[in-house]
Amino acid sequence: MKINDVILQTVAKVVVFIILTLGVYIFLAGHHNPGGGFVGGLVLASALVLLYLSFDIKTVHKGLPFDFKLIAALGAFTVVAAGVGALFFNESFLTQTFLSWTWPIVGKMGVSTVTIFEAGVALAVVGVVITIILSISEDV
Amino acid sequence: MLITIIIPFLAALFVPILHKSIFRKLHIGWFVLFVPLVLFMLLARSIPSVSNGRAFVHAFEWIPAYGVNFTIYLDGMSLLFSLLITGIGALVVLYSIFYLSQRESLSHFYVYLLMFMGAMLGLVFSDNVIALYLFWELTSISSFLLIAFWFYRNQSRYGAQKSLLITVSGGIAMLAGFLMLYTMTGSFSIREIASSIHLHANHELFLPALVLILLGAFSKSVQFPFHIWLPDAMEAPTPVSAYLHSATMVKAGLYLVARFTPIFGVEPVWFWTVSIVGLVTLFWGSFSAIRQTDLKALLAYSTISQLGLIMSLLGIGSAVYALDFQPSSLILTSAAFAAFFHLINHSTFKGALFMVIGIIDHTVGTRDVRRLGGLMAMMPLTFTIALIGSFSMAGLPPFNGFLSKEMFFYAMNQVQAFNLFSISTLSALFPILAWIASILTFVYSMIIVFQTFFGRYKPDEFDRPPEEASFGMLIAPAILSILIVGIFFFPNVINRHILQPILLNVYAPLADAMEFDFHISAWHGFNLELFMTLGVVVFGAIVYKLLRHWMKIYGLFPEKWSFDSLYHFILERGEQAARSLTNTYMTGSLRHYFAYIFLFFIAAVGGILIYTGAFSIATNQDAPITVYEWIIAVIMMIAGIAIIFATSRLTAIILNSVLGFSIAGLFVMFRAPDLALTQLVVESVTTALFLLCFYFLPPFKQEEKPARNFQWTHALISISVGLVFIFIALAVNSNPMFDTIAHFFENADELTGSSNIVNAILGDFRAFDTMLEVVVLFLAGIGVYTLVKLKKGREEQNIEDQ
Amino acid sequence: METLMILLAGILVMAATYLLLSKNFIRVIIGTAILSHAVHLLLMVMGGLKAGNVPLLGENAAPYTDALPQALILTAIVISFAVTAFILVLAYRAYKELGTDDLEKLRGVDDE
Repeated sequence: MKINDVILQTVAKVVVFIILTLGVYIFLAGHHNPGGGFVGGLVLASALVLLYLSFDIKTVHKGLPFDFKLIAALGAFTVVAAGVGALFFNESFLTQTFLSWTWPIVGKMGVSTVTIFEAGVALAVVGVVITIILSISEDV
Repeated sequence: MLITIIIPFLAALFVPILHKSIFRKLHIGWFVLFVPLVLFMLLARSIPSVSNGRAFVHAFEWIPAYGVNFTIYLDGMSLLFSLLITGIGALVVLYSIFYLSQRESLSHFYVYLLMFMGAMLGLVFSDNVIALYLFWELTSISSFLLIAFWFYRNQSRYGAQKSLLITVSGGIAMLAGFLMLYTMTGSFSIREIASSIHLHANHELFLPALVLILLGAFSKSVQFPFHIWLPDAMEAPTPVSAYLHSATMVKAGLYLVARFTPIFGVEPVWFWTVSIVGLVTLFWGSFSAIRQTDLKALLAYSTISQLGLIMSLLGIGSAVYALDFQPSSLILTSAAFAAFFHLINHSTFKGALFMVIGIIDHTVGTRDVRRLGGLMAMMPLTFTIALIGSFSMAGLPPFNGFLSKEMFFYAMNQVQAFNLFSISTLSALFPILAWIASILTFVYSMIIVFQTFFGRYKPDEFDRPPEEASFGMLIAPAILSILIVGIFFFPNVINRHILQPILLNVYAPLADAMEFDFHISAWHGFNLELFMTLGVVVFGAIVYKLLRHWMKIYGLFPEKWSFDSLYHFILERGEQAARSLTNTYMTGSLRHYFAYIFLFFIAAVGGILIYTGAFSIATNQDAPITVYEWIIAVIMMIAGIAIIFATSRLTAIILNSVLGFSIAGLFVMFRAPDLALTQLVVESVTTALFLLCFYFLPPFKQEEKPARNFQWTHALISISVGLVFIFIALAVNSNPMFDTIAHFFENADELTGSSNIVNAILGDFRAFDTMLEVVVLFLAGIGVYTLVKLKKGREEQNIEDQ
Repeated sequence: METLMILLAGILVMAATYLLLSKNFIRVIIGTAILSHAVHLLLMVMGGLKAGNVPLLGENAAPYTDALPQALILTAIVISFAVTAFILVLAYRAYKELGTDDLEKLRGVDDE
């Protein structure tokens, strides 16, 4: 599936970064605003899909030499590990915890173990979506 | 006593591990040998106390709510069986070490064998019928596994299936009988049932329970007409045949009959069924044995016949109960005595014979009597053991078979003399049948000895040249043959210590009333029994000499009228019926399956809706509808209907996207920004996926164009499903039965530090769902990957059906 | 509003059922997609529509709409995405191996 389209490629170079940024924003925003691991992951994945569409698989693979099956597995593992982690603190499975402080200027900020969990979700989504699309496109 | 049941199972756990590590060079059988040996010694230690009439009871609660306890009960009868199980077990394991080479999958073999040993011990120790049933079926299963040990052979699988089908069906019948007993007496304990059953002798379930339990016993103990599975079970390795299919498992039915004699003995039906079925089996087994050319098949039929003999003796012994312990009837207790005595003897001589046949098979590669002959010079030790075993089976002195055969004749003659239940003609048949069967037994015993070891030496027929078996292989049968002779000369050792306590178990009500003082002796003077034995020898020799002339008799029984054909007929017809029934609805068509699901949905859910009259509409709670919502709703309805009539897949997929994006719009209006966002992105990715696949898939076919064949039946189903759906949804919406639990989640900020409630639910409150959802997603990804990458499997290797 | 949405969901169910019963693999897959749309709508309706504000604690004041159905639907969307992708590839693979996307021809052969 080799598409040679200068306009698409030029636009893609710019747009992909916008989408990637948006994806990361959506992922991080999920804690307090609409968004979250799943949507974030999907957006990231669609940015990558756009890359694959505008360039060919080999070219993208040079820039992103990842095995997306492994990324999916890593994501699923992170999700489960985030649950198991709670067991080490004598809590029940999948218990999340958080810390938040009120900062002088930015206001209330915090960190939460949910972020690890959500990161796992996002990784799994990216890995699975790209795996699906790549396996079909490669199988011609 | 519990430990004796557990040890074999525990050892079975260790066998695979040890086989892989320590016993890589050494035969794993040496380890297994310890198990029955140790158990035998443990059990033997309790002989003195049991022979004094003591019994050991250990109860463990299992399902106390239903009165199902794991009660272990050791009395004389269980002791005899457990000694046989462990004693013969030790010899068989010893024999198998030399019989099975290291190349066989030994760990499987010994795991199954130990599993059987544990199950069989559990069977004879269980006082609770449910536990007994459990072990009973476990022995069937291990027998199945052992028969199919050489599973790549068609015959082995056939024999294994046959034995399993017959014994397990019998077992289920037995279970039903046990449950009936429970209904009558309210107890699962054999001893409790025995003590209270006399109150229920007129219960309408009494006779059905009796018949069902007998079915179980008969099918296990290969009684006519369930005997057909045993010859096919001979496909098992010879140690298994010697152990399970002659010495122990097939005797479980005898055990059951003996155990339940105190319960059912009062009913004359029990006496008639058990003794007549036993006699018929005795006759038919010995009659069929003679025509066999395969030595193992011959031994199988002889086992059938010998088990029939013991069964008939047990039946006669039960008459004491039916006659209500009249003093004159007590002489019949000698039948039960003879039964147990013969049970021991049979285990010794049949075990020895099986091992001998195994040696011959192992050495020269055939067990066909037509090919064998003249082996005596080559294998003198094997010949000696075979001679001892066969002559004991034929009932000749100085071997233990002679003693029990004499007692058998004596018991049979008593029936006639006693004129039971005043049916004189029928009872006259007992000794006659017994005598004829004994002649036949004599004949096939001679076949084993003379046609194998005498006659013309035919070296061309053998796969390998004959030579004397290895010392190790001969130990086990040699020990058995020493026992055969030993019991003849010192029968009263086992008489006093083992047989007398059993009689007390069988005839518990007589325990105080009389002394069982049987004295076994070889010489009774010139009485009827001795003349019968002499007659057996004379006529048997004549019949054997003229064997060729009257073999024609067997031609009179057409093959298609045998019970084997009946079994095949039932099996084939059953399979056919099941297949044709299944084929009527399992059509392989996805549309039919969908149709079943939808029709069931309509019938069940719609039916309940109508039946309960739950339908109602209340629109007063509805939120107001804005113009935008109207627009989106109408667009979606149109798109939904139009998609049915889409003639190109591109139209269909675009319409599907319209639906997806409109839903996203609705989510916005319903104040669900997370959903809207997700739906938008998912819809984009899905559409891309569809288009990617469409690149490779064919367009809708011409005949698929719905305009041409709009399916009215399908439309009807769809409309009904939709209507049921709408009615249910409306009814549910109109009758809110519970308050929402949403308020709990509104504490999200305090509980999780997140102000997005939806994400707090996903990541924290109900994180388990999300975790599994990610796993599903991951699995789908892996599934897609394997589906695409998987190439069609190369042609499968077919190692079966050799 | 609720009644309208239920009717809409019902119509989608009808369309989905009809598509599920058709011969073409792709139509069946689209049928499952539409069915999941209908179920999402139903779930949404069962939580009550427009009964409150967006369930974001920082932005608005109570009352909020029921967030539980939303979380359920979010999970359902993911699952249905995974399932759709899987059966789509199943169809694709079946077509490549067997050369047909006609379910009636994919019935397989009887044993023996």
